[in-house]
Amino acid sequence: MSVLFWGLAVVLVASAMWTIMASKPVYSVVALLANFFALAVLYLTLSAEFLAMIQLIVYSGAILVLFLFVIAMLSSGVASFSVGPNRLPRIAVPAVLLVLIALGLVVVGIFMPHPAPLPLAGAAVNAGAVGDANVFGSVADFGRALFTTYLLPFEVTALILMVAVIGVIVLAGEHAPYVGTPRRAEEVRKSLREAIAREGD
Amino acid sequence: MPIWLVVLVKSGILLFVVITTFAYAMLAERKVMGWMQLRPGPNRVGPWGLLQPAADAAKLMLKEDLMPRTADPLIYRLAPFLSLLTAFSVYAIIPFGASSAGTWAIGNVNAGVLFLLAITSLGVYGISLGGWASGSKYPLLGSVRATAQMISYELAMGLSFIGVLILAGTTSLDGIVNAQQRLWFFIPQFVAFVVYVITAVAETNRSPFDLVEAETELVAGFHTEYSGLRFGLFFIAEYVNMLTVSCIASLLFLGGWNAPFGWTWVPGIVWFLLKVGFFMFFYIWLRSTLPRFRYDRLMAFGWKVLLPIATLNLLVTAVVVAVWS
Repeated sequence: MSVLFWGLAVVLVASAMWTIMASKPVYSVVALLANFFALAVLYLTLSAEFLAMIQLIVYSGAILVLFLFVIAMLSSGVASFSVGPNRLPRIAVPAVLLVLIALGLVVVGIFMPHPAPLPLAGAAVNAGAVGDANVFGSVADFGRALFTTYLLPFEVTALILMVAVIGVIVLAGEHAPYVGTPRRAEEVRKSLREAIAREGD
Repeated sequence: MPIWLVVLVKSGILLFVVITTFAYAMLAERKVMGWMQLRPGPNRVGPWGLLQPAADAAKLMLKEDLMPRTADPLIYRLAPFLSLLTAFSVYAIIPFGASSAGTWAIGNVNAGVLFLLAITSLGVYGISLGGWASGSKYPLLGSVRATAQMISYELAMGLSFIGVLILAGTTSLDGIVNAQQRLWFFIPQFVAFVVYVITAVAETNRSPFDLVEAETELVAGFHTEYSGLRFGLFFIAEYVNMLTVSCIASLLFLGGWNAPFGWTWVPGIVWFLLKVGFFMFFYIWLRSTLPRFRYDRLMAFGWKVLLPIATLNLLVTAVVVAVWS
């Protein structure tokens, strides 16, 4: 297991470095994909089955695909990301220091006594379930914790994300011809047509 | 035998079986489509054209491997392998028979269905990277379409799984099939079944959802610039994906290896393969029957029809199960 861990650690760090240092944005996406995959395997070695699968489904399968979508659309040629001088060395020292400080804080955080999880729904995680259901990290275990002990934080997070999504639609809808009320869409279309007509003159 | 040897041997056998199935699925598609269009289909190589796959393989291997000057060499070479890798790795967990009758799967994962979703959601990378890396217009359009289409239909697909998961009460494929011993899930989950079959066609980019490689608009879509064996890899991946979605449909909705009408004198694996074969035929049938979607209709159908239906089905299933138990 330890061999697997160190192998994955090397892959994780290397792919993370490649992500930020790659010359082309699409290379960054590929590197990040490798990173997410290695992270999922790392979760598996911790027997956090559900987390591993969700890591792949959500991050690699949805979010990163959207990154790729945008990057492929914007950089359809295979031009390099940047042609200027490499500024990485200048920021490298402060960045490494910051990372070390952050890691130190995390280590301190681990050894500090933990506050007890919020007993919101009253029901503690039931340990007397059938079969493999109470194995740490299994789907059943994760689901039970999410919908009993951590129900309120979970719902609040969902609400916040929903607000963010609606906010994006409102912000982007101002200039998007097909979003908003039909009347508003018609106004935007009309102004677009006029703009195109002016271009033609 | 040590466990790694068992896994290795099983993987080898499965790889051989899947590749052979691919070869004959391709031939079957050409034959069946030929018959449906009142022509004989390939019939020159070997008796009834049965050696046609070998001829095709030889042709693909001997063809020159071309790469456009504008292509990105690294990603261009990586993409077909990525496609094939995701297509094959699903078979690591697909069970072909009851685990009580010996182990018919390479691995029995508890989060089986989630693993399926995770791997199939990675399938888009091969196509979209391949199209981008070709450094050419039509492949890029194909890959952008692929990305949008697969993300849109993946949602409805995932939601159609959840109804089954609620009924079975487990995410392990073995458990789901065992839960269908009395009643196959396509009856109580008929809506989810229909949604799944439709989204599965879209996820594998097959007609009528083949806008990714629509030859009337995009030459050959994302693989326009690919030739020889690299094109062959994409081609294999497409058919293997078709086989995969057929296997998933059989496992989740048609009772896997469970026999219908209590005809247990036929071995379970035969039933399973028959069901998979039915779906393969169904997809070929669709291809030779239906015209291609228009792109905006495809998106509207995915988001405004399939997604609400799948969500509603999930809601009703959850309520019924909650009230029932």
